[in-house]
Order: sequence, then structure tokens, then C-alpha cells
Amino acid sequence: MAVIDLANPTRFLTLVDRVLPWLAGATALVFAYGLYRVAGAPDDYQQGATVKIMFLHVPGAWLGMMGWGVMTVAALGTLVWRHPLADVAGKAAAPIGAAFTFICLVTGSLWGRPMWGTYWVWDARLTSVLVLFLLYLGMLALYWTAEDPNRSSRAAAILALVGAVNIPIIKFSVDWWNTLHQPASVVRMGGTAIDTSILVPLLIMALAFTLLFFTLHFAAMRNEILRRRVRSMRMMQAQHA
Amino acid sequence: MTAFLALLLRDMRLAMRVGGGALMGALFYFIMVAMTPFAVGPDLNLLTRIGPAMLWLGALLASLLALDRLFATDHDDGSLDLLMMGALPLELAVAAKAIAHWLTTALPLIVITPVLGLMLNVELSAMGWVALTLLAGTPALTFIGLIGAALAVALRRGGLLLAVLVLPLTIPVLIFGVAAANAAIVGPAPFGPPFTVLCALSLASLVLGPFAAAAALRQGLE
Repeated sequence: MAVIDLANPTRFLTLVDRVLPWLAGATALVFAYGLYRVAGAPDDYQQGATVKIMFLHVPGAWLGMMGWGVMTVAALGTLVWRHPLADVAGKAAAPIGAAFTFICLVTGSLWGRPMWGTYWVWDARLTSVLVLFLLYLGMLALYWTAEDPNRSSRAAAILALVGAVNIPIIKFSVDWWNTLHQPASVVRMGGTAIDTSILVPLLIMALAFTLLFFTLHFAAMRNEILRRRVRSMRMMQAQHA
Repeated sequence: MTAFLALLLRDMRLAMRVGGGALMGALFYFIMVAMTPFAVGPDLNLLTRIGPAMLWLGALLASLLALDRLFATDHDDGSLDLLMMGALPLELAVAAKAIAHWLTTALPLIVITPVLGLMLNVELSAMGWVALTLLAGTPALTFIGLIGAALAVALRRGGLLLAVLVLPLTIPVLIFGVAAANAAIVGPAPFGPPFTVLCALSLASLVLGPFAAAAALRQGLE
């Protein structure tokens, strides 16, 4: 099925209805296996059991960033191809991405308390995730203030693209501003610095989070389509009344 | 080019005449800096240390103040529709409006900065450098704010939404602006690197801002 066939919301809804149970089931299975592997993962020799927070924290950060990536692709779809589902996809991705970013912030803060002795430090990575969260909130504020979904979707698409250009700049400037956090350790030159006994559960959890993201995303897209139908039905009813 | 200049002059005249907000930004900036000692206490050493940060924060907020009226008044009286249909590309038209906005709000603010520095116990020689960082950085604030102003008018919402959308995007400008100003006043870090990055941010937003703002207007008002 080509992407253009999905432009028909009804066809998309039938596809979602068919795919969603399988996706949700896969999410539950991978989560169960991932949590089992996390429970079996060894404690850190310095950090003890608190290192297990990482299995929520790191996937949360990745998915938080991916959420903006999904919004960027959807924004291109809205502005370039005027794909009718693209703005639905973008709108549905915003609160989910914000939620994953929030998970990253909260778990990071809870992890920082025993490790750094404080819930919050203004170090580079925490700060750039916080700024990402603020950008998400701005995006949500934009959706809240606009009544007409068509109008808000295009404005949101432009904001998503502006954000996509700015996020690397913000990341760079915050890094420059303060570097206290440990440097990137999963993907770096010369291979990973994490032992496989930790890395494998981490990747499984990342897969589980990704599946969860898309399950929620599809469900949210379906809800948004239905919400718009309800809205247009109400408008028609008001016209004929 | 004549249309560009005409629009620039028109906006500047509008801003400077009765009802325009040309000097309001500078006045707000002045009041905000004057409020700082009331909030943190009159300790001169402390004021020297946080002086550049307060000046930059004041400039950031002052440049946001008049932004929501940048397109809103033109939208209300219909001249924005004329601009969109005119021969001048919309990108250039919004750039002219942004430059006029910068000349009428940011420039007066930069001019009074050396005087305000005295109140924050920053030496007059160093104030020149702080004013220079503002001169290099405020165009970025205006042109990033331009995008927010266009989005706000396309959504027919102004005020706080604009601030919420724009402020996170201005964080790099604030970081490098304060870093350069601090380097000029207290050192020991060199002034060059943050200042050049600040110039780069201004130049990049000078290019990207008008395109994004014009796209937002076209998408929002068609």
C-alpha cells in the first residue's frame, strides 16, 4: 500500500484497527522481556542498584528526541505534500514526545539525587533536555490556543521545522555553556563503553519504548481523526439546525 | 529596492509617531535594570558580577515586548494583505519590517546601555564591549521573534503565546551574549569565540527568519 493510499482517513482507520492490537501485544511482550533482562542485569560497582534507572532514563531521552523527528517529518508532509494525515501525525506526536521527555527529566532527577546529591544540576545534558521539553510545551500551547485545526497544523509545522533547525544549535550552545555530565558513551568513536550485560537490556528497553511510542502514536492519530469528524459533524448539525 | 526602503521608512515613522512603541522598549529596559538592585540588594560587587546578565535579560524581554504588534496592526487594518499581494517578495517585506523594528526598539536600548551600566557598577570602558555584544546579538532576537510574530498573527493570538514560542529559541543568543559580555568585563576567557558565534547566530537568523516568517504568514492567512 502506497503512502498516498493512506491519505484516505477511512482506509487509514481500518489499517490502524488491524495493526494496533498486534503492536500493543508486541509492546507488552518486549516490555516484559526487557524488564526481565533489566532485573537480571548486574548492579554498577559504584552506583549500585540505582543504575537501573538508566533503563528508563536513556530510552526516554532517545524517544523524546525521536518525537521531534516524527514531528519534523510530519511537518514536511504537511507543508510540501499537503498530506492530510501528516498534520494529524504531527499533532499526535507532540504530547507523546513531551511525555517521554518528561520521563527522561523525572528519572534523571531521581537518579541525580543519590548520585550527585541533588535533584537538579544545571549541567549541559539536563539543560538541553529541559529546553527540548520547553519547546514541546510551546508546541502544545500553540495547539491549545488555535480553534481551527487546519490553521494550527500549518503553524505548528513551521514551528516544528524551526525547532528542528534550532535544536542542534541549542544543544551545541548548552554544551559550550557547561559540561559536567559524562560524555556520550553508547555511540562513540572506538565502540561502546558499556558492558554487554547492561547494553543488551538497554537496547531491548529502547525497542520496547519505541514500540510503545508507535502504539500510542497510532492510537492518538485515530483519536484525532475521530475528534475531527465529531467536530465537523457538530458544525454541520449547527448549520442545519 | 524602493519598495523595501519605503516599507522600512513607513514602519519606522509609524513606530516613532504617537501610538507607536519605539521608545517603549528602551523605557522598559531602563525600568527593568533599575529594578534589579531592589531585587538582589544594593551590593556593588554583586551587581558588577550579574550586570551583564541583567542587561542581556532586559534586552531579551524588551525586544519581545513590541513584537506581537509587528504584524497584528497591519493585519487589523488590512495592509498586511496588500503586502502579501504586492510585487515585493513577502520575505523581503517581513525583513524590512523586522529591520525597522530593530532600528526603533533595539537600537535605542543599545544606546542607553552604557549609562545603565554605571548603575550596575560596570566600568564605562567595559560598557562599550557590552553594548557591542548587544549590537551583534539583538538582530538574532528580532529575527527569531519575527517567526513567532508571524505564527501568532496567523493564529490570531498574541502576547504570551509569542513569548512561550520564542523564548526557548533565543537561549543560544542569551548564552553567547552573556558569555561575550562577561569575557569583556571580568575575563579571563577570551572575548573572540563567543562574540563570533553571536555574530554567526545573528547572520543565520537574518537569513532563516524572514523565510520562516513569510511561510507562516502565507500558510496562515491564505
